[in-house]
Amino acid sequence: MNRRAMRRFVSRFMVGLMVLAVVIAVLPLLLILGSLLLRGASALSPSFFVSTPAPVGMPGGGVLHAIVGTLMIVGMASLAGIPLGIAAGFYCSEYNGTRLASVTRFVADVLNGTPSIVVGVFAWTWVVRAQGHYSATAGAVALAVLMLPMVTRTTEELLKLVPVSLREAALALGYSRWRTSLVVVLRTALPGIVTGSLLSVARIAGETAPLLFTVLGSQYLSFDVDRPMAALPLVVCQYAIGPYPAWHRLAWTSALVLILVVLVLSIAARIVTRQRFGRRD
Amino acid sequence: MTEPLPRLRTEKLSAMSRKFPAVKNVSLAFAPNKVHALIGPSGCGKSTFLRTLNRMHEMTPGGWIVGKVYLDDQDVYANGVSPIQLRRRVGMVFQKPAPFTTQSIFDQVTAGLVLDRSKSKREVAEIVERALVRAALWNEVKDRLKASAVGLSGGQQQRLCLARTIAPEPEVILLDEPTASLDPQGTQRIEELVFELKREFTIIIVTHNMQQAARVSDTTSFFYLGEMVEHGATRRIFTTPKEERTEAYITGRFG
Repeated sequence: MNRRAMRRFVSRFMVGLMVLAVVIAVLPLLLILGSLLLRGASALSPSFFVSTPAPVGMPGGGVLHAIVGTLMIVGMASLAGIPLGIAAGFYCSEYNGTRLASVTRFVADVLNGTPSIVVGVFAWTWVVRAQGHYSATAGAVALAVLMLPMVTRTTEELLKLVPVSLREAALALGYSRWRTSLVVVLRTALPGIVTGSLLSVARIAGETAPLLFTVLGSQYLSFDVDRPMAALPLVVCQYAIGPYPAWHRLAWTSALVLILVVLVLSIAARIVTRQRFGRRD
Repeated sequence: MTEPLPRLRTEKLSAMSRKFPAVKNVSLAFAPNKVHALIGPSGCGKSTFLRTLNRMHEMTPGGWIVGKVYLDDQDVYANGVSPIQLRRRVGMVFQKPAPFTTQSIFDQVTAGLVLDRSKSKREVAEIVERALVRAALWNEVKDRLKASAVGLSGGQQQRLCLARTIAPEPEVILLDEPTASLDPQGTQRIEELVFELKREFTIIIVTHNMQQAARVSDTTSFFYLGEMVEHGATRRIFTTPKEERTEAYITGRFG
């Protein structure tokens, strides 16, 4: 074999290996989506989205209570977690080198690695026990604590990617430091920060452990954030470990709904941000 | 003929980066409505010197200065002088075109003006047009003022940065190797512009390109290892330099 053929062979072999690695990496995702669709789609009907659970043994029923619960809990958590996280990340990037910035960064890294169930126990100790009862607020606190370090770190990294030349150009135009930071640096990194925040919303929307002993779960549609509430991950969990085959089917369908809700949320938010904050090309 | 009063001058100016002196003891005066070139090999301190003139040097971590810089006889490092106000009088264009990626072409040109809210919409539109005309960019962008600057070529972006700098009517314009990342055509346009703009502004240009210095400038200062070696009329510097190091550099023996 001459050199050229040999090179071509090695090249193709290596490309083949990479394709294989990609397939292996994507396979679990496809399998999960596939089995969800296979087992969950059959029970999926419009009424599943707009009705609450039927009594055991009765056909029909839906997960409206859990959809509402997930949206409310995740919404509250995001309202607290995203602004705080962006502010902290902004501080770390703009005041890079200060002691408070390195402490914040270290704490965020530790918190990022904290198992979510530990955060749940934390929320139980400080919110549930203090209040004396389970509540949606307690769950939102747990989820907010979970998303805070994610938002902080992505914000910081994205702000650091803004070229120094932009910062200098703004300063040279007579912009004050805060104006440069807000109008030029933060504004330039904003689309990325929004995407990062969305990823963290999607991450926490599926969290089950921290909700177990904070939100508790409920069979009824409720808008009272001071009481236990249903949430999609909890519904999946309850149906999946229940004794009835009908419940198992509901668990599959609820899981599918959970993924759909996350998907719709991120697509919607992405469209909105592209229209309002995207680059003008 | 008496020399006009300098618009900008430095007195025994040294610029430090932490402990290291990047510029040593430089005293220079820049007459109004002239183009002044700063030349010298990489790392000779000419860019750092330029950045002390609008107090950008102090924004780099560890940057500080010793000595004085006077703008129209006012000490710009005196207590109570705001670097922000100073930078509105001493504009700067950098080596790499740095358009704000999130803003439209129109908004970029007003970027320095927005800070002054007293102007009406019509006045602002007139200023934008005037700045773009003076930067020789108006004809190319007049139909897409609301579009992003990202779609412009490198040369157009650099002229946009120039328009952005001249829109607030500074007195001095500092150009830090403005053509280093441009092709010959873009370079030529910027050079023609510099020649035009000196009627209204005092221009100080740092350049690596000696032909450029010879073409556009009235005076030239040669920097070497942080020191200002020689200063004088450009023609004299390039024909009969007094210092041996200047001669060696401009004849291409080092640098």
